[in-house]
Amino acid sequence: MTSGVVYTETVVHAAPEQFVADAPYQLAIVSLEGGGRLTVRVEGERVAIGDRVEFVEDRNGISFFRKA
Amino acid sequence: MRPVAIIGIGKTAFGAFPERDLRSLAVEAGEKCLADAHVSPSQVEAYYLGNFAGPSFVGQNHLAPYIAGAMGITGVPATRFEAACASSGSAFYHAVSSVAAGLNDVVLVAGVEKMTSQTTPKVTEILAGAGDTCGEVRAGATFPALFAMIARRHMYQYGTTREMLASVAVKNHENGAKNPLAHMRKVITMEQALKGKPISEPLTVFDCSLISDGAAAVLIAPLERASEFTDKPVKVLGVAQTSDYVALDQKDDITTFRAVTAAAQKAYKMAGVTAQDIQFAEVHDCFTIAEIIAIEDLGFVKKGDGGPYELAGCTKLTGPLPINTSGGLKSKGHPVGATGVGQLCDLVIQLRGEAGERQLAKHSLGLAQNLGGSGATAVVTILGVA
Repeated sequence: MTSGVVYTETVVHAAPEQFVADAPYQLAIVSLEGGGRLTVRVEGERVAIGDRVEFVEDRNGISFFRKA
Repeated sequence: MRPVAIIGIGKTAFGAFPERDLRSLAVEAGEKCLADAHVSPSQVEAYYLGNFAGPSFVGQNHLAPYIAGAMGITGVPATRFEAACASSGSAFYHAVSSVAAGLNDVVLVAGVEKMTSQTTPKVTEILAGAGDTCGEVRAGATFPALFAMIARRHMYQYGTTREMLASVAVKNHENGAKNPLAHMRKVITMEQALKGKPISEPLTVFDCSLISDGAAAVLIAPLERASEFTDKPVKVLGVAQTSDYVALDQKDDITTFRAVTAAAQKAYKMAGVTAQDIQFAEVHDCFTIAEIIAIEDLGFVKKGDGGPYELAGCTKLTGPLPINTSGGLKSKGHPVGATGVGQLCDLVIQLRGEAGERQLAKHSLGLAQNLGGSGATAVVTILGVA
């Protein structure tokens, strides 16, 4: 799980109760290089469909990616 | 299999009712339905209830006998069905199966949800429980976020625009404003819809259905007995329920709901009709993009043509294929567990010619499409004048 391509994305403004403090945050479904897709958080610069992204780290069970 | 008919309907208004509890809403819909068919509680042979999250929203479990008992219905199977926002569509599918198989004759099918007693972030969290809580939900996905990601992909693949999404909301509010039981009976403009508060980009508050309280019920019986109860029976021509993966990231193509296309094909086959025969439909517009995808998946338009078809006004009351004449989930409201059966009530109102200023000229064959989660459950029902 190192890098992939953004399949789709959104910026969440209305967050569920446990993530209210994080909003707005970007969420993306990433097509991973090794196959399969994963729903991840994107940190740093906003990304769009087709952008390459790379894995940063897992925090509290959430995979964080950023623009490659 | 015995042909099945809907012999009675009953609905509460949909809205925010702080003074009402879940049970009183479900009882009101059920009693209206029994009265509509002139049936007494002792004649009901089974009670099928659709409810998504009563335990989370109001802390009450064992809901089906709890509600049935309050209506004086005891000594019969009383069971709750949970399939996210398709809970009562699923209850209906299973109830029809039971009557068609000859296990029961007179069966009450209801749906109820009481959502407005919780804060919006809490409601958002409870609804997210219909997604994959070990994957997408843990990462921070809400239902608006899942449908926002679907919208983004649909826009990318098919050129669907913000205006096309907004046109669905404008049209559904126009219809809902004419529906006395709708939650938000007001007309909105395209400009308002486009400039709404962002919920999950590109969706604004005007792309999202409402958080509502409400209940709906239908009474079914074998078609051969329908005339004992009503002179306006509606025939269940086709009904199908199908499933798919819960997590959005497990689906190959998120611009289509495979469960909907499969359920539609089964229902059309059972009814002996095609998509082109359908005169009007109630579809599951939990978000504006969901209506656009629904009319594509149901075969009303080609894949990718849903947005332009909506923007051109083809789905308005006066268009060639009226969609959501009730106002849809967007304006009528979306008490999730009540939505599937509520759609069936709305079809029956049109089929009987009782829709008032919303009444369509052609009203003998209608379809309802009820979606659970981001497409893991779909129920498609085709009803016709008997």
